[in-house]
Amino acid sequence: MRIFVLFKIYCMNIPIYLDNNATTPMDPRVLEAMLPYFTNKFGNAASRNHHFGWVAEEGVDYAREQVAKLIGASEKEIIFTSGATESDNLAIKGVFEMYKDKGNHIITAVTEHKAVLDACKHVEKLGGKVTYLAVKEDGLVDLAELEAAMTPETILVSIMYGNNEIGVVQPVKEIAAIAHKHGALFMTDATQAVGKIPVDVNADGIDLLALSAHKMYGPKGVGALYVRRKGPRVKVTAQMDGGGHERGMRSGTLNVPGIVGLGKACEIAGQEMESEAKRLSALRDKLQSALTVLEESYVNGNVDHRLPHVANISFKYVEGEGLMMAMKDLAVSSGSACTSASLEPSYVLKSLGLSDDLAHSSIRFGLGRFTTEEEVDYAIEVTKKAVNHLRELSPLWEMFKEGIDLNSIEWAEH
Amino acid sequence: MDNGPWTKHKKMAYSDKVIDHYTNPRNVGTLDKASAQVGTGLVGAPECGDVMRLQIQVDENNIITDAKFKTFGCGSAIASSSLATEWLKGKSVDDAMKIDNMDIVEELALPPVKIHCSVLAEDAIKAAINDFRVKNGMEPIELEKSHH
Repeated sequence: MRIFVLFKIYCMNIPIYLDNNATTPMDPRVLEAMLPYFTNKFGNAASRNHHFGWVAEEGVDYAREQVAKLIGASEKEIIFTSGATESDNLAIKGVFEMYKDKGNHIITAVTEHKAVLDACKHVEKLGGKVTYLAVKEDGLVDLAELEAAMTPETILVSIMYGNNEIGVVQPVKEIAAIAHKHGALFMTDATQAVGKIPVDVNADGIDLLALSAHKMYGPKGVGALYVRRKGPRVKVTAQMDGGGHERGMRSGTLNVPGIVGLGKACEIAGQEMESEAKRLSALRDKLQSALTVLEESYVNGNVDHRLPHVANISFKYVEGEGLMMAMKDLAVSSGSACTSASLEPSYVLKSLGLSDDLAHSSIRFGLGRFTTEEEVDYAIEVTKKAVNHLRELSPLWEMFKEGIDLNSIEWAEH
Repeated sequence: MDNGPWTKHKKMAYSDKVIDHYTNPRNVGTLDKASAQVGTGLVGAPECGDVMRLQIQVDENNIITDAKFKTFGCGSAIASSSLATEWLKGKSVDDAMKIDNMDIVEELALPPVKIHCSVLAEDAIKAAINDFRVKNGMEPIELEKSHH
């Protein structure tokens, strides 16, 4: 039995990749679909006058349909971009410019991705007003607070679909309804959600939606912005000037192989999402229950409204980076300050009301299409061992065990 | 020695010495903080992601006979305090006072973003010595605050 277990570990690819919210490996089927577009089908999709251009355009058109289908849109509503960051920028800055006669107020939430937050900061510099909604302890937006923040000047509400750090899924449909009631558009950064859970722009009432290929087993450097065409017809001012590609909203020669890859990734996600979500949520739950058996470990964010493949867990009294070093066979990420250049712990975790020390102690496990049960079992063992090892070294753990209230200690400023 | 992904990449390049101290930390543990022979230094703060507790046991000749630590923090913080306990053992209190954070930086080849870990270790040594001095009726040594 032991030899069998060792053999299984030997067969695993170490380090084990459990950081699928950062990026995903490309599905070989996606690569296969892309390859011809690097070589024989190399044409410029904008070359309308010859075979090479037509072939490339065909590939792009087909991909547009594949992307549209996954989110319940029409292919005319898909604008290809370089990724979700560009899509977020185009949506927020583009709406602000396009609708400035209507109003100058945008509402978003503090837990948004930096692409949204920084685009909003840019809008503020241009004279716009932005409300950054706080979130509840479980990471969800408070609908009453959103309602209260709406003004006649509000042109856009931008709330992400699923959060990248804690996986919390926002009540998008309700948020959209509130935005529309007050005459504002609703935009969502759905980078983490599309391809993982069902997203339907019409059922959800979404006017603009950002998505990215590399979060759903497609290539890096390509994404899309959905821009509603009917009820209402939404327009955004282009942020990139040039040849007027993508209905004038995004100039630049199309990244044909990337777009074909995005299309294929969407097609596969559409076919396999349901079974994949079931499989991954079972594995995630296994991991989570095994790790929360450890004393003083806490799951961050709402567990009932959450992406199926994510668990963000804080192990109190151990520090995230030190912990990751003990788990070097696992590729995960931490909200610890030491892992970022800023020396500040995760702003997302802090906005849930987590104390800094709990934010420092957090690990995000992001499972994916290629994660196996053996890998999860191994991850459980490695993590448990690492947490116990570091707690043996932790003065805070010792104090906790002695019943000393850490808040009663006057910590020196450092 | 193959340390897996940690040493293969520039971004997260821990030196072999950091990994050694992290993997096999020396002198982990607790001394009796009520004893007059023991000085305890507790520095850092949980909110900052680093807390070090360093303890020394001093004999009648002012020689440090034992040193123990426990640290909450990243690998470099754990390694800095582990190294500090190694250096402290056998030193006189006066010599221990002379340990400079840059010695730790050099020994462990800490990158600039991890220098604060060595500063914390130096602070912990000095705090432990002062605790010992005060317990034994001596004036605490004025510490320069230039690091903070």
